[in-house]
Amino acid sequence: MLLLSNEKQMGASEMATTSLNLKPRKNKFKKEWISSYLFLLPALLFFSMFVVYPMLHGIYMSFFDYSLTKFEFIGLQNYIDLFHDKNYHQSVINTIILVVVAVPIVIAFSIFVGMTIYKKSEFTRSLFRGIFYLPAVTSVVSVTVVWNWIYHPNFGILNYLTGLVGMEPTFWLGDPKTALMAITAILITTSVGQPIILYVAALGNIPVSYIEAAQLDRASSRQIFTKIIWPMLMPTNLYVIVITTINTFQCFSLIQLLTSGGPLYKTSTVMYGVYEQAFTFGNFGMASAMGVLLAIIIGAISIFQFKVFGSDVEY
Amino acid sequence: MSNSTTIMTNVNPNNKFKKLASYLHPYQIISMLLLCIFAIVFVFPFYWILTGAFKIQVVATQLPPQWFPLEPVLDNWVTLFKNPVARWTFNSFFVSLSEMVLICLVSSTAGYVLAKKEFPGRKVIFGVLVAAMALPKQVILVPLFTLLAKLGWINTYKGLILPAVGWPFGVFLMKQFSQTIPTEILEAAKIDGCSETRTFITIVIPLLKPALGALAIFTFMTSWNDYFSQLIITRSTNMMTLPLGIATMQGEYRTDYGVMMAGAALASLPMLTIFVLFQKAFTQGITLGAVK
Repeated sequence: MLLLSNEKQMGASEMATTSLNLKPRKNKFKKEWISSYLFLLPALLFFSMFVVYPMLHGIYMSFFDYSLTKFEFIGLQNYIDLFHDKNYHQSVINTIILVVVAVPIVIAFSIFVGMTIYKKSEFTRSLFRGIFYLPAVTSVVSVTVVWNWIYHPNFGILNYLTGLVGMEPTFWLGDPKTALMAITAILITTSVGQPIILYVAALGNIPVSYIEAAQLDRASSRQIFTKIIWPMLMPTNLYVIVITTINTFQCFSLIQLLTSGGPLYKTSTVMYGVYEQAFTFGNFGMASAMGVLLAIIIGAISIFQFKVFGSDVEY
Repeated sequence: MSNSTTIMTNVNPNNKFKKLASYLHPYQIISMLLLCIFAIVFVFPFYWILTGAFKIQVVATQLPPQWFPLEPVLDNWVTLFKNPVARWTFNSFFVSLSEMVLICLVSSTAGYVLAKKEFPGRKVIFGVLVAAMALPKQVILVPLFTLLAKLGWINTYKGLILPAVGWPFGVFLMKQFSQTIPTEILEAAKIDGCSETRTFITIVIPLLKPALGALAIFTFMTSWNDYFSQLIITRSTNMMTLPLGIATMQGEYRTDYGVMMAGAALASLPMLTIFVLFQKAFTQGITLGAVK
């Protein structure tokens, strides 16, 4: 992914040189170009129709008061309204909490699992990789159906278990104090599968000789981890941080299925807000503005994370 | 002969002892123990779905819970099949398989030429595709919905299948993998007078097989689990996919946990089966897609 910006920058200049070089022999190469373009055409057609056009149209719609009955240009009014919208603020805060809590836990947990299993036998590795990837392959509907039951205030087993140690029963998904954390817990279980696979692969790629040499020099396990393993995991860390952050920002299905953003917007996220505006309130202009803001935020975060973590990463 | 056996007996116990010692290291024991506890926490919801599906309502809601189903019943499944689950299952398979085939076709041709051919605009096109991939798919769902509404594709198979084909992840994956194809083979084919299409079908496709397998399984999974798109594109009960259908059943059977567990089991069964059968391809797809 780091390559992209490079490739993009190089794109223009390289294209200019290749087309310059090829100009005298244009006729000879044209036939091959045509077949290349034909091979590309289907992908590009689908891409422009279902990705590029909606993206641009979304930006356009965000300047309109657009609902079932209205289509009226209002400039930046949607954005100004969002700026003053308390519910929107709440969903931004919730999303930030989700990211700040979930991403570090996902990373720490995945590294822990990776470190514990990467030297074990192939069987052990695929067994645990498989177990922790299960919630990610399972339909989110199945996941929420069972968690809804586990969290149930009257006959859920979580309250039964906490009751055994003397805690008061809690309405996990209905109490404004616990609802967001209850969602975060599920989100974490559905997010660790992919990072664990990546960490096991990355740890397996660290040359054994590095670690053996350090052991000969009587380096402690902690030193081996901080001085050898951690720096060599940096590219994976970066990638995992970016994908987990983006996934967390997109957290929608869990919320729509479990709490519908409630109680009191305490579990509404930015993505859920987009859905609610468009499909509950029928306010497509406002929903598009929220979508544009979300895209800008995610773009900024990706760039920021590459700038901060990318400097000492070798590819 | 006797020499080698003495060496073997000398080396083996030593190694074994070392290995045993590393296993008995307190850090190893604690982390293994923790790992097993976490694994149980992760597996438990699936166990609960599976056992819950065979419990009658009174048993399902009793406390303390019945950890093992003592008298399994099929009542929940009978109730479940009073809903159009067969149609939902068909819809899910039809949509996911169509997406899978289309994405594999479109991505392999595009990825191949982006990796192996020189033509004006190649780098720009690839740059745009990858930049779009960095954005989350869901931010375009609202304008995508209005587009599908204009086309009259809401609540149709077209609307459920085609938009996902535009997503460039597959092109990216196939481009990465196509770069490993040796250029000499392609040139040899060209010298032998092999047409582009024939080269692609007889030489490139067989070489891309491992990546195509990973992409196919991945696409199938994303499509099967793409709850958000299915939610906004589907309107009638007949057009629902299996997960969506089960989700809407929650309204009717909110407190009937046995039936909901049977539904949850059914909605995740195909994906779990595929995952267990093709775990290697999953792992490969994830690591391939992460190659920067």
